[in-house]
Amino acid sequence: MRVLGITGSLRSDSHNGRLLRTAEALLPPEAEFVAFTGLKAIPPFDEDDEPNPGTAVGRWRAEIGRADALLFATPEYNSSIPGALKNAVDWASRPFATAALRNRPAAVIGASTGMFGAVWAQAELRKALAAAGARVIDRELPVADVENAFAADGTLAEHDQELALGEILAELLAQADMRIAA
Amino acid sequence: MSATAVETTTKLPVGTWKLDPTHSSASFAVKHMVVATFRGRFENIDATLAVGDDGAGQLLGTVDAGSIVVKDENLQAHLGSPDFFDTERYPELRFASKAIRRDGEELVIDGELTIKDHTHAVEARGTVTDPHETLGGAVKIGLTLETIIDRTQFGLEWNAPLPKGGFALANDVKLTVELELAQDGE
Repeated sequence: MRVLGITGSLRSDSHNGRLLRTAEALLPPEAEFVAFTGLKAIPPFDEDDEPNPGTAVGRWRAEIGRADALLFATPEYNSSIPGALKNAVDWASRPFATAALRNRPAAVIGASTGMFGAVWAQAELRKALAAAGARVIDRELPVADVENAFAADGTLAEHDQELALGEILAELLAQADMRIAA
Repeated sequence: MSATAVETTTKLPVGTWKLDPTHSSASFAVKHMVVATFRGRFENIDATLAVGDDGAGQLLGTVDAGSIVVKDENLQAHLGSPDFFDTERYPELRFASKAIRRDGEELVIDGELTIKDHTHAVEARGTVTDPHETLGGAVKIGLTLETIIDRTQFGLEWNAPLPKGGFALANDVKLTVELELAQDGE
């Protein structure tokens, strides 16, 4: 079982990167977590470039293809998904019938420094992933006031949120297991 | 003027009747953007009508969910994704009749429709013809059926709100099958 973690933030010390590491710590031993690090290198989607999209897009699609499950952690920019992340989803959605995202189990979590925990960005990312053909878990984890959201050991300070994150991961892995078994 | 007694056929044609897939179709129609009717079809279908000597019959039908055809390839792929039919996990739609009533050409079938592992009772209404000998001596009947289902009961829940109210897709979907069935010679 391979879980690919993708943060929509490009910042090296991003809160959502930290949230992914918190999620990684909750995964069972049989699940291998791999963090995707190539988001910034993916060029803007251009249909003219589709015949030769380049190595960054190729690597992104290949990483998705190797993963049994995708875990996205997104910040919220202007009430929506960061442009780089939406752009990556667009590349991975083409061609639609055979796209890397198609039928791939995916979950979305998110954190923000504000009081809403990137809940709109999460909803929009779930919508975009589903429209791209992914098998999206219909749950969210809005981590608000993220600068105060983590305990010293890296877990989420609010026990209910730590539990909710565990439940989302369990549902994601269950969907991946079903797909592997089929 | 004397009244003429007309005998109305209430019995189904005895025998096993198998689908001629080339000359049969299964399609759907649903309100789109509130104002229009959007139609699509499934290419690969199968059906068998088996009628015993006592006149009791059963209609069984299957539809290959992945054979859905619409006019845009991206929409076609979306309809096969988990947002809609989820063909990876649910490759087949099934229908099994429970009771068939015939009154002349009119046909009413109570049955169970299964989509995405959701099974619900449906009543389909339509027509059935008497057997007719066709080319090469093949004996055939024609059968048409329509029913309206609430797609959300079958796990087809995708929708999108419109800016001025309403939704992109209605919940009620009309299903239509037009079947040409040939008498099984075996």
